[in-house]
Formats: sequence, C-alpha cells, structure tokens
Amino acid sequence: MTRVLTVENLNIGFRSEGRELPVVHDVSFTLEAGKTLALVGESGSGKSVTSLGIMRLLPPPPQSRARGKIILHSDEDIDLLSISEARMRRLRGDRIAMIFQEPLTSLNPVYTIGDQIIEAIRSHRAISARKARERAVELIDQVGIPDAAARLTTYPHELSGGMRQRIMIAIALALEPEILIADEPTTALDVTVQAQIIDLLRRLQAETGMAMLFITHDFGVVADIADRTIVMYAGQMVEHGQTEAVLETPLMPYTSGLMRAVPELETAGLNQGELQSIEGFVPNPASLPNGCAFHPRCTHTLSGICDVPPVPFEDAGNGHLVRCKRWQSILENAE
Amino acid sequence: MLRFTLYRLGHSVLLLFLVSLIGYTILHLAPGGPLSQYALSPGMSQAELNQIAERMGLNRPIPIQYLDWLSSFLVGDWGESFRDGRAVLSVISGHLFATILLVLSSSVISIGLGTLVGVLGATRRYSAWDYLATVGAMIALSIPTFWFGLVAIYVFALRLDWFPSGNMYSIGDESFLDYVHHLVMPSLVLALVNVAIWSRYMRSSMLDVIGQDFVRTAKAKGVSGRRVLYGHVIRNALIPMITLAGIQLPMLLSGALVTETVFTWPGIGRLFLDSLGYNDYPVIMGVLMFTAIFVLLGNLIADILVAIADPRVRLE
Amino acid sequence: MTAAVEQRAASSTGSDWLKSRTVKRFIRHRLAITGVIMISLITFMCVVGPWLLPYNMLEIHIRDRFTPPLTGDYLFGTDEMGRDLAARLFMAGRISLMVGVAAMLLSTLIGTVIGLVAGYFGKVTGTLLMRLTDSFLCFPQVFLLLTLAAFLQPNAFMITLIIAATSWMEVARIVSAEIRSLRERDFVTAAKISGASHTWIMFRELLPNTVGPIIVAATLTVAKAILLEAYVSFLGYGIQPPLPSWGNMLNNAQQFLDTAPWLAIVPGVAITAAVTSFNFIGDGLRDALDARSDMP
Ligand SMILES: Nc1ncnc2c1ncn2[C@@H]1O[C@H](COP(=O)(O)OP(=O)(O)O)[C@@H](O)[C@H]1O
Ligand code: SF4
Ligand SMILES: [Mg+2]
Repeated sequence: MTRVLTVENLNIGFRSEGRELPVVHDVSFTLEAGKTLALVGESGSGKSVTSLGIMRLLPPPPQSRARGKIILHSDEDIDLLSISEARMRRLRGDRIAMIFQEPLTSLNPVYTIGDQIIEAIRSHRAISARKARERAVELIDQVGIPDAAARLTTYPHELSGGMRQRIMIAIALALEPEILIADEPTTALDVTVQAQIIDLLRRLQAETGMAMLFITHDFGVVADIADRTIVMYAGQMVEHGQTEAVLETPLMPYTSGLMRAVPELETAGLNQGELQSIEGFVPNPASLPNGCAFHPRCTHTLSGICDVPPVPFEDAGNGHLVRCKRWQSILENAE
Repeated sequence: MLRFTLYRLGHSVLLLFLVSLIGYTILHLAPGGPLSQYALSPGMSQAELNQIAERMGLNRPIPIQYLDWLSSFLVGDWGESFRDGRAVLSVISGHLFATILLVLSSSVISIGLGTLVGVLGATRRYSAWDYLATVGAMIALSIPTFWFGLVAIYVFALRLDWFPSGNMYSIGDESFLDYVHHLVMPSLVLALVNVAIWSRYMRSSMLDVIGQDFVRTAKAKGVSGRRVLYGHVIRNALIPMITLAGIQLPMLLSGALVTETVFTWPGIGRLFLDSLGYNDYPVIMGVLMFTAIFVLLGNLIADILVAIADPRVRLE
Repeated sequence: MTAAVEQRAASSTGSDWLKSRTVKRFIRHRLAITGVIMISLITFMCVVGPWLLPYNMLEIHIRDRFTPPLTGDYLFGTDEMGRDLAARLFMAGRISLMVGVAAMLLSTLIGTVIGLVAGYFGKVTGTLLMRLTDSFLCFPQVFLLLTLAAFLQPNAFMITLIIAATSWMEVARIVSAEIRSLRERDFVTAAKISGASHTWIMFRELLPNTVGPIIVAATLTVAKAILLEAYVSFLGYGIQPPLPSWGNMLNNAQQFLDTAPWLAIVPGVAITAAVTSFNFIGDGLRDALDARSDMP
C-alpha cells in the first residue's frame, strides 16, 4: 500500500465582487497506488473545483486561491501548491493526468487525434516524431479502439462520444502517470458505453497500477469501481470510508438520500424503499446554512441542534468518518 | 471538399445574378434611364437620341434589354467608356493594380496589428491596456476615414514632411522604395478602422476559445503556456476571423474609395468618382459590378479557407 | 388563445424584471453614460448654439477670412469667405444629426419588415428575401450610395432616403435570425393553433421579442448614417451648399489644409464626437441587454 498523493485541509475560494467566496472547505484524503477513491456528490458540491485545484487548473490568483497541502509522494515529497507553474506544468500529464466529463468538447476540433496524443507525449519527452506516433498507435490500441494506426488521422468530430472518451483516456495514459483524475468521465455517455468505459478504466488501472480519483454524482458506479468513497456536500466532506461500509451503512442522511436516487442499487438489494431524489438544491456557496449545511433539506434535522455550528467530522469506527450531529441516534432508530 | 466548393460556387453565382439585377435596376432608376445621360451631351438632337436609342436597343422592353446586357456582360463585353471610348474592362483593369496594392498592404497592417491588439486584450482581460484598447477601437471606428487622411496629410506631409501628401509614385523616380514611401500613409489611414474592427472581434473570439474544454485538456496534458496560446487558442480563434475578413471586404473597398480620393491614389475608387463626375455610366456600372464580383469572390475564398482550417466544415 | 395570453403575460412580467436590470446595467456602463452626455451636449449646442453666437452662418466678413479659432468673436475661426465657422458647425450639426436619425428610423423600419417577413415565412419567400439582402451586401455601401446620389436630386431628404435604402440589411439579418429562432417556440404555436393571423403573430407575438437587438442595431446605425452622410457630402454628392452639413464643410477644407487647418479639424472632431457617442451608447445597450455582459 503506497501512498501517492496526500491532500491536507484543501481550501479553495473564488473572488467574486471583491470578496473571496469559499467553495471547498478543509478537504483531506490520500490516494494509493492501484486503488480508486470515489468523490460523490450532487452537481455543484465542489467536486470539479477540488480536482481542478489538485491539477492547479483553476483561474490564477487573485481570481481563485487554494490553501492547504497537496503532497505528491515520490523520491521526495512535492507540495503542488508551493511549486512554480513551470514545475507544475512538467508534472501535469506526466505524473498526474486528468480526463473530463465532456468528451465531445474536450478535444481540439482542428487537430487529428494522432496529433493530440503525440502532443501530450512530446510535451514531456524528447523523442522522435516516429517514436511518438508508434506510441500513439499503441495507446489507441490499448484503450480498445480497433484499427489503431488508421485512427491517427481522424478528427474528433468523426468519432462517437464513447470513442472520444477513449481517446481522452489514451492521452491521459500516454506517459503512464501515477495518478489519474477522472471527473465524471461517464456522465455524458449512455449506459452501455458508460459500463464499457468503467471496465476499461478498471482494466487499465490493473495493468498500470495507477491511483485513481474517480468523481461522480451517481452512486450506481461507485460500487463498481471504488475502494474508498468520499461523499461531498456544499464543498465539505460529509462521509468518508471503505466503499462497502459507506454503501452498507451510510451514516449521513445525505448519503442515504443520494443512494435512494439510484435505480441500480435498488435492484442490487442495497436500496430499500422507493426511488426518490432529495428535495431542494445544493446551497449557493455565498449563503451556506448555519451548522450542518444539509439541514434545510434533511429529514432528520432537529432545530437547535443541526443548525448550530460546529459540526465535527467524527470517526464512527474503522476509519468511517461522518459529519452529522445525529448519526448515532439515526443509526439506533434504524436498528 | 469538392462538393463543398461547388455548392459555395453555386451560391455565389445565384448571388451574382441578384447583384446584376440590382445593379441594372439602379441604372434604370436614373430618371429617363441611360438615355438621359446621352441627352446631357452638348448638341445632341432628339433625332440623334432616337437613333442612339434604336442602336442600343433602349426602346425594347426592359427584361429583354436586361437579358441582352447580361449576355454581353457574361462574355466580357462591359461596354465602352463615354469618356474615351475604351472598353470598360480595360479601363477598370488599368486602375486595378493601385487599388490591390493599397487594399493588400492595408489588410496586412490591419490583420497583423488587429490580431496583436486583440490577443493582448484577451490575455490581459480587464487590464488598463484592455480597457484602453476597447475605448480606442470604438473611437477609431467613429473617425471618418477621409478626415483622418486629411489630418495625417496635415501633420505628416505638410508640417513634418515625412511622407508625400498623395499620388502613388513621384514622376521620374518610381523605384520600389518610392512606391513604399507613397504607400505608407494611405494604407495606414485605410487600416485604422479595420484594425479597430479586427481587434474587437479577435478579442472576443479569443475569449470564446480560452473558455473551451479543449484548452483545459491541453493544459492538463502539460502543454506549455506558449503552445497552448499559439497552437490551441489563437489557432482556433482565427477561424471565424477568416469569415470576418470576407465580410469586411465591402467596407474595405468603401474605405479605399475615400482614401484614394484624399491621397489622389489612381485606383478603382478614384476611377469611379471621376466617372460619376462625367456621367460615364458604362464605367460606373462596370465598377459597381466589378466590386460586387470582387466581394463575392473574396467571400468564396474565405469560405474555402475556413473549410481548410476547420475540418468540421468539410463534411457538410 | 389562453396559452398565448398567459405566455405573453409571463413574458411581460419577465421583461419588466429584465428592464430594471437592463437599466441598471446601462447606467453602470461608464462608456454609455459618457456617450449620452456627449451627444446631449452636442445636440444642445446645435439647437441653441446658433442663437448664442454673434454671427449667423451666412454672414460674409470678407476682411476676416481665415481667422484662426479663438480670435475675436470667432470661437472656431472663419472660412475662406469669412463666415463664422462655429455658426456653420452648429447649423450643420442640425442637418447631420437629423439626417442620421431619420435615416436610422427609415432603415430600421425597412430592415425590420424585411427581416420579419423573411424570418417568419421561412421557405421560398424567406430564402429569396435573405438572398436579396445578401446581394445588397455585396456592393460596397459608399459605391452604391454615390451612384444613387449622382442620379438623384441630392437634397437632405433624398440623402436620407438613399442612406436608408443602403443600410437596412444588417437589421434585416438580425431580425430574421431572431424570428427564425423564435418561430418554433410554444407561444407561437399556441397562437397559431388559436387561429391568430400571420400579421398578428408577426407584429404582436414575435416583434416584441426582438426589440433588444433592434434597438442596439438602430443606435449603431445612427453612427453609421452620420458617417455616410459625411462621406457623400465630402465627396460632393451629398448635402449641397449653402446648406451646411458636417460632411460638406470638409468638402473644400483639403485645399486650404496648409493655411487654414482648422477648417478641416473642427468639423472632423464634431463628426467623430457625435459618432463616438452613438457607438458608446450602442455598446452600452448591447452589454445592458446581454445578461452575460463582460465589460469591466
Ligand atoms: N470559476 C469559478 N468561479 C466562481 N465559482 C465557481 C467557479 N467554478 C465553480 N464555481 C462554484 O463552485 C461550486 C462548486 O462547483 P463544482 O466544483 O463545479 O461542482 P461539481 O461538484 O458539480 O463538480 C459551485 O457553486 C460553482 O458555482
Ligand atoms: S446534522 Fe442534522 S441536518 Fe445535518 S445531516 Fe445530520 S441530521 Fe441532517
Ligand atoms: Mg463537476
């Protein structure tokens, strides 16, 4: 079990009308080689901002600011938040790669996919164009696209969404990174393609031993891919544990709420009761509710308790962390 | 690509047909039609006029006349100048070089400068520079070209004596440098408005592209900032600018006419203005049609260039 | 009908909300406010100025020919006949601004009607009208303008007509594009089902939804029309002396450029200032009507 990345108290804020608006609060986790950590939460809960913060792809200060530590472990520990942009650039794509939610728009429409894979390779390695092309063919083949050599000269718009996401994966894997961040890589794809991409990612992870941060708003895919799971709400981690533990005994009402919204889990027997989504919306970062940020939407909320800060992130045993004032009584009532 | 080109070509031919209809209508809008222009010649009797009308077929129904005109127009017979009897096409081509020289050099300036200003504005968005460029461009757009030319002549020709105040070359010199010397002021004056337009569009095109997902992908790949800017952002931002260059052609020609007048530049614009003064109506008609064809051709080329620059367009 | 009525009721409260936000954005737009102040001052001077000056624009003071600006009673100096340049400038401003605004109104009207019809009756009529618009756009405007001006009586009224006749295309394109995107929307379908006539749908249902872009284009058209009047008048085919316009004041300024540069500078500054104000206002309106406005 090798740690490859440690995130410690990551706080990210955006500048808006002269003030800094915090969007991500005290996020901490570690990534391990060969393992997958899932980051789950509704749209707007701060998952993308967290991942782009790790890649340092957010707008430059003062428009956004990240605090805390993001340590990349290798021969020496490198704090990504304190190195120069030039040094960070050399790590991006080489040691940490990222794929995105929108395969249709994530590739440059005017270059062939071959050129775009080769560009990734040659941005980091001084190898000949021929070598780079050979590697590109190898990669296209590796991500399961038939007739790889002929694909080099196709343009993104000639490929389907699923194919384009495979190309994105090929680009990300070009330099055999230790870490792959996948920000909702299957959200824009239809269900069968979704399953294929997840299989592909699992296979590639087994082959390369990379660590994966897998972001999704869909609990359905979590069971398929993640070793550990973090549930995020309004920029905070609200539950964190082994995936089985989180799925079998969700401690935070928000987590249970998310799980009830997933049809697959119901058929798998994990989901009792009827399919329903949580009422209301993720709060705007500019006006977070007092106390537990989830309390206006929570069915277990108790006024005088839930709306009073602080709400600690507690260990419920075996490293299963939860941010809920009433998790014990809710658990007892359920049993 | 071939099908695309053919389609565009067909479109242009249709437009050219409509253009000729409009041109012909305008020419017959002149009270009394072309004949009245002959009537202005001194010593022209009614009998002679009738004779001319007969010979030119002006007493036949208008649609027939139009078809007649169109068929000779299509085979390159654009009539003869009233002034000196020379064929209209050869009169026009005699003035073509000067206009092409002016328009081309001014386009190089405006595209180069406009792109630079636009790129700087977009990459340093909301900076003092960006604000200055925005306001400056809007003022530049509001300056009448001919007046800017007059001011330039006053300052740089009359007061400072850096550049000649007009003409394309000095009699007896005509070296390359002499041409360049004469070209500087008119092409800068003509470029002013276009720099302004080009820089505004380039800025907003850049901003569109900067926010796109594939730029983020390039950064995530670890591509250098410079390469992201040139290879991805500017490369893609320039595509709509090709179309803009085509759309701007008529404006460029309008500006050229005014600039040529101020700088006594012997181009198509001056020819047109002189011909208006002489009621030299075959030449007027010829120049009108010529500019429209020039514009159509420019747009056709722009369309094809876009298709070359953007692989998505080729498939349509 | 009820669906259509409801929709329109909803859209009218929506537009009230929009209106106030729009007005706020416009007022915050520094350039736009600068433009409003500038053009108000210019208009005021053109309307009132001639009465405040000691000379009228036709008085000839042959001894005072080519008096430089700020000499004696001559604010902007005199011209080659010793006429007061300030008096001429303000009177010319009345003509130039009036021609600009009138040409805008007329060309906006033409463009709107053509765009409405073209956008609403897609298919053959629409395609034909838009091709016609495209072909008008093939002619460089100044060439077309000069041709018409040379063949017709070049008085202020005709010049206005001619400018309008050659500047309607942009509005037509904007309107037809807007209408085409609105045509398939629910409230139009509802109106159709309820048996509303084409004219009703075009003018009462569709047109109100396109006012924003039309207003922006119209403002910018004033700027263009003032410039065009200046161009043709400068070239001698526009407003004819003795009636002064900003353009024809520059007509023979070139020949006195060396000795009396103010004859060229003063009217040119006036044109630039007026056109700049309309361009500023147009820019402000565009940003104010666009919720995604990005001006600092
Ligand atoms: N560039 C930005 N500037 C300001 N706010 C932002 C920016 N990007 C994201 N946000 C805000 O951060 C919050 C979290 O967004 P995000 O991380 O994209 O959520 P998700 O969990 O759906 O990926 C949202 O409220 C969003 O409005
Ligand atoms: S703290 Fe209260 S409101 Fe928040 S999740 Fe727990 S029970 Fe619900
Ligand atoms: Mg996201």
